[in-house]
Amino acid sequence: MVSRVSGATNLGRNGLHDWVLQRFSAIVLAIYTLGLLGWFAVNPDFSYGAWRGLFDATWMKIATLAAIIALCAHAWIGMWTIATDYLTSLALGKAATFVRLLFQAGCVILIFTYLVWGVQILWGL
Amino acid sequence: MLVSVYRYNPEVDDKPHMQDYNIELPEGRDLMVLDVLQLIKDQDPTLGYRRSCREGVCGSDGMNMNGVNGLACITPVSAAAKNGKLILRPLPGLPVVRDLVVDMTMFYQQFEKVEPYLLNNTPAPAIERLQSPEDRAKLDGLYECILCACCTTSCPSFWWNPDKFIGPAGLLQAYRFLADSRDTATEERLAGLEDPFSVFRCRGIMNCVAVCPKGLNPTKAIGHIRQMLLQRGS
Repeated sequence: MVSRVSGATNLGRNGLHDWVLQRFSAIVLAIYTLGLLGWFAVNPDFSYGAWRGLFDATWMKIATLAAIIALCAHAWIGMWTIATDYLTSLALGKAATFVRLLFQAGCVILIFTYLVWGVQILWGL
Repeated sequence: MLVSVYRYNPEVDDKPHMQDYNIELPEGRDLMVLDVLQLIKDQDPTLGYRRSCREGVCGSDGMNMNGVNGLACITPVSAAAKNGKLILRPLPGLPVVRDLVVDMTMFYQQFEKVEPYLLNNTPAPAIERLQSPEDRAKLDGLYECILCACCTTSCPSFWWNPDKFIGPAGLLQAYRFLADSRDTATEERLAGLEDPFSVFRCRGIMNCVAVCPKGLNPTKAIGHIRQMLLQRGS
């Protein structure tokens, strides 16, 4: 093949890996969201105690952690795609690489913060 | 009819501008957009555009008509014009050489990347490589592409990354050879497509399918390539 394209800052090893991760994380998030909506449906007058009880269960902690990790992966792949679509040398000239890396670094810091914060909330209750 | 045409001559103009022409259309006939361009050319010989076969086979006169890419020679004025006005621009996303003529180099470079020819490392037979009618049928809807670039230049992913994303026309041809029973380079072809840009920058918005003057479906071909990559990688 003529001049292969590579990616250094994407999450997976290649485009296929990112593509699968994005779809898998979307399914995890969809199941988690539907599960939560279902819980709200069967607990219409939910109280702090019921909410606390739900999140005290280990399975709920596992499910929520899976959802948080899926959200982080999903967000990074999405933000990376946005950065490499719009923050390119076509749009920004020579400053593109610096601006793109800066934007990506900001996204990584934000996503990592949400991950740690999420874990802290889950196990700190 | 009022026809507004994108004009740009880099030797004279600082920047592009739209020029309006009032064209008398014959009554009782629906001209093609290419016929209208010829009428304008009779008025103003400085207008530049590409054309050749004038029947939708050569793919030379791809352009943007009232915001939609298509071939001027097979697009009736009645289908392209809106509110009695015809607006003609060059294909978007490619550098303009002059007026409606674009530089197709980036489009051809992406086409070249997919090695759009049969690769077979087995000894050549005396006469020809045979193919069953069923295997031949798999190429229908793939081989008919005329490389007019209407699809690729309507694709935002190509606009943003014309140097990395192969684009719908190139990917349709990539699948045309992946699907060919006589081709033996499937592994090498797939290995060259698994990066984050070549195939996976397609977001499935299907502009390519909407504008293809030959009624082809590049998005479907891209889906098949993804499935092949998934089977190979899992």
